[in-house]
This record gives sequence, structure tokens and C-alpha cells, in this order.
Amino acid sequence: MAWEALNDLYREVILDHYKNPRHHEKIEPHDVEQEGFNPLCGDQLTLQLKINSGKIENVGCWGKGCSISQASASILTECIYGKALEEVLSEASFFKEVMQGKSKIEEKDVGDLEALSGVQKFPVRIKCALLAWTTLEEALRFYEKTHVSSLK
Amino acid sequence: MWKYPKDFPILDQKIHGHKLTYLDSAATTQKPKVVLEALQNYYETLNANIHRGVYQLSEKATEAYENTRKHVAKFIGARDPSEIIFTRNATEAINLVAYTWGEKNISEGDEILLTEMEHHSNLVPWQLLATRKGAHLKFIPLTDEGTLDLKNLDAFFTPKTKLLAVTHMSNSLGTINPVSKLIEKAHQNQTTVLIDGAQAAAHLKINVSELNADFYAFSAHKMLGPTGVGVLYGKKEILEDMPPFLGGGEMILEVYKDYSTWKPLPEKFEAGTPNIAGVVAFSAALTYLENFGMENLRQHEKELTQYALGRLKELEGLRIFGPMDISLRGGVISFTYLDIHPHDLGTVLDHQGIAIRTGHHCNQLVMRRYDVSATARASFYLYNTKEDVDILIEGLQKAKAYFDRGSKKGA
Ligand SMILES: Cc1ncc(COP(=O)(O)O)c(C=O)c1O
Repeated sequence: MAWEALNDLYREVILDHYKNPRHHEKIEPHDVEQEGFNPLCGDQLTLQLKINSGKIENVGCWGKGCSISQASASILTECIYGKALEEVLSEASFFKEVMQGKSKIEEKDVGDLEALSGVQKFPVRIKCALLAWTTLEEALRFYEKTHVSSLK
Repeated sequence: MWKYPKDFPILDQKIHGHKLTYLDSAATTQKPKVVLEALQNYYETLNANIHRGVYQLSEKATEAYENTRKHVAKFIGARDPSEIIFTRNATEAINLVAYTWGEKNISEGDEILLTEMEHHSNLVPWQLLATRKGAHLKFIPLTDEGTLDLKNLDAFFTPKTKLLAVTHMSNSLGTINPVSKLIEKAHQNQTTVLIDGAQAAAHLKINVSELNADFYAFSAHKMLGPTGVGVLYGKKEILEDMPPFLGGGEMILEVYKDYSTWKPLPEKFEAGTPNIAGVVAFSAALTYLENFGMENLRQHEKELTQYALGRLKELEGLRIFGPMDISLRGGVISFTYLDIHPHDLGTVLDHQGIAIRTGHHCNQLVMRRYDVSATARASFYLYNTKEDVDILIEGLQKAKAYFDRGSKKGA
């Protein structure tokens, strides 16, 4: 039935992140602030990162948009908090591959991110799930340009 | 039983196991069988390039193409078929004016008057023109109800106001604007007027000559016709004075190495092979609308919209955008429901077979004006019924119950 398919999209973990977003605050000081938009939906978010010795020392993220885009952002903050930049980037590309159907989520232990794997069956919503992650990649690209030595 | 849905083969299908309830005709309408048959018939019996061959097939194709031009002229009350220019869509029709009339008539310091409810298609071309020319854009604001705020209308017209570009009917608020009054006001000020009729031409009886519009732009696909066909109506004397838009075959008279001369209207503005099949089939769509009757269509949509507004108001937490006075609103209702994001609503409704639009509807200025990032939008056409409205209401109630589940267990 249709509702069962929907339950695969709107897992409880996702609704929980949507209603109680983590790291939902401005952080001071921060090294990068990056905005992300999804022009199709009007989803929007702002990501702030504090980076120290090649690690995400702190993260803040807030925005407006559907449950999938905002839950994905909240899950992202938990995923990357305290991690090395390379690890964070490889997690981002892994998640992209999962959304494109090129990798299976079970291949890695990714915590709450696993809950987003159901989005793959809803092609029009994949962009929503990816917004936070492409914003993160842009933020790190910007950081790399301005702080070349910290990122290999 | 409302018999019209039967004419639309696409409506007879299941989506996620439910009957399709199509409530997105403001984006594009479905096509009746007669239009599909006209397309098929064109390719089976008439296909040839137009305005070129001396052979019979080309002559017949040309005649069919030109017959649609006459038909469109009659349908919108133009005085002369040569005032009808075929484009790809309303957007291209508006751009045609911006790049030809605009290029010639707008200079540094001039003002272009728009409204805060313009579709991006009737906003971005003017932004580009204003940037090229160093001209300024001004905006007639909106009231809280979603109508144009015309209190200080006089103040918007100055000797520098060269163009007023305004939508006849809003695609997000549903508002029908008093274009007749606006055109009169603009003309008193020697201001040229372009009306974006993408919505209105599909839903209201239009007479461009009575309106006295200088330009009127619309798309066939929003009024039962095929995609890829748009119309620019322009007053003959204005069109004649405009430089060509795209250069190429069809539009030239004589070509030399360093210059060419143009054909007269309307070919001057129709470079290259057009969407012949689409234009020919568009005539079948117009005939369908004539048989239905534009007044009957308006009446049908008024009843549906009235009914839908009443039923939507029963739902607690449902916010409706745009005027509640049915005489000011076409068959378009934008809304938000509780704190469910429109996209989530759209997905859950889709799983009940209900197709609505969600997002900013190419109206980011409107979204900002009413401080929302997106809305849900249901829009109606001649094949919709009260039953479709009931299905929508039930769908919304189910969506609410569905997301309530999340908050209870997720806590
Ligand atoms: C009011 C209005 N203007 C312009 C357009 C643009 O129409 P098209 O995309 O067919 O060019 C639309 C349709 O989306 C519309 O609703």
C-alpha cells in the first residue's frame, strides 16, 4: 500500500530530526559560513563550521524547508561533528553515491544517516536530502581555497 | 455526472493505486482526445514545411498553420491575424517584446512598472532589459488580501514610465487584476502596456481589442493545447515599428552579404521552422474551448473554487492566500496547512493519487510578501469536479493524521 512506501521516506528518526534539529544555532567564532538553496523547492539553509587542526571542531546549521532537507541537515551536523575533514568529505561522497543508487547504505556504519536511504526511492526528493551535503562540500571547498595548508 | 473528464485519456489512470486527481492545471492542462488526434492527423496527412514548397502538401500545411493564426485572432478578439505571432511559450513572447520593442524604446533612466505578483517570466526579462539600458523597475505593491494595492496608482506613473507589464491573473494568488482600468491609466500617461495572459487566456473570455492592450502574451499548453506553442498578440502599428527578434529563414525577404530585409508581419517575428504540428493542433483546443464556452468555464470554476474555499476553511490550521471574493479570483488556491511543509504535503497527497503543485510557483516576490518560503497550490479546469475537491480535503486530513503519528511516537 501507498502508506508503507511513505513510511520508508518518513522514518521516525527523520521526523524526530525535523522536529528537534541538532546543532540548530549560530556558532561564534566560525571559519566558514555557507548558504545553500534548492531553487525548485525554496529550501534554504546556512551552515557554519569551526575547523581546527583539520577537524570539524564545531558546527551550526539552520534553515527553512521540507522535513527531508532539514532532517538531512540535522543528521549531517551529528555525522561530521569532531571528525577529520577527509573523513567528512568521504562521507559526503558516499551519501551522494547512495542517493544515486551507486552504493548501498549498509556498506558503512553511518548512524542516523541510514534513515535517509529510503529517499532514494523518491527521485524528486533526492535533491532535498542532498542539499545539506552539497552545501557542506561547497563550504569545505571555500575553506580549502582560503586555508590551503590545513587540507591536503 | 460531469461528462468532460472522459474526453481526457490521461485522467483515466491510477497513481500509487488511486484514481488520478489532477489539480495542477495552472502549471499545464491535460489535453482532450481531439487535440491528440489533430497532432496525429497532422503528421499522418499534412506534414511538410510551411511557406516554402510549391507542392500541394506544403500548401495544405501552410494553410492549416495559418488557419490557427486566424482562429487565435478570433478567439482573443484581435482585429487582424497578422497581429498574432507564434512563439514557443508565453515566456518567449514576453522576451520577444523585451528584446525588440524594449531595445528600441527603453533608454537610460526610463522606468518599467511591474507588480509584486509577476511570474518570473514577466519579471526577469525586464530585469535584464533594465540592466542593459540603465533603466529602473518599479513595483505596484500587494494588499494583505492578495490584490494589487492601487491606492497610490497615480504616483507610479511618471513621464519616464515607458512600459507597464502586468499579469491579468496571478498563478499563485489566483487574483484577477483590473487590467482594463490599468491600461486606460497607462495610456493616459503614454505608457505602453504588456499583459501577461498566461493564466487569463485559459480561464476568462478575452478581447484584446476591447481591453486595448498593446501586447498580450500566453501559452497554448495552459489551455488544452500542445506544449511548445506560445502567442504574442501585439497591435499592428507597434509590431511593424519593432526590429526583428531572431534572424534566419522564413523571416527574410531579400538577403545580401551584409544586410537583409524582412518580411512583413507576422513572418518577420517567426524565424526558422516553427512548431507546425503544435500550432495546427492548437486550433482543435480552441474549438474545444469554444464548444464548452468560456463563460461556462468561468462559471464552472467559480462554483468549484467557492466550494473548495468553503471546505478548506473547515480545516483548522489551513491558511489560504489571495482574495476570498470569488469575483476577484480564478480557479487557483494557494495554501499552507499547519506546520506541514508543502513538499511533504505534496508527497503524501501524491501517494493518494492527488497531483498538486508545491513550491514558490515562479513567484518568489509573492512568497516573500506573505513571508512563506513555499505554498501548496490546487488549481482547476473544466474536467475537475466537486468530487476532486472532496478527495483533496480527505487527502489533507489523512496527511495531518500521518504526520501526527510522527510527533506522538517520536517524542
Ligand atoms: C502568470 C504566468 N505567466 C507566465 C507563465 C509562463 O508560461 P510558460 O512557462 O508557458 O512560458 C506562467 C506559467 O507558468 C504563468 O502562470
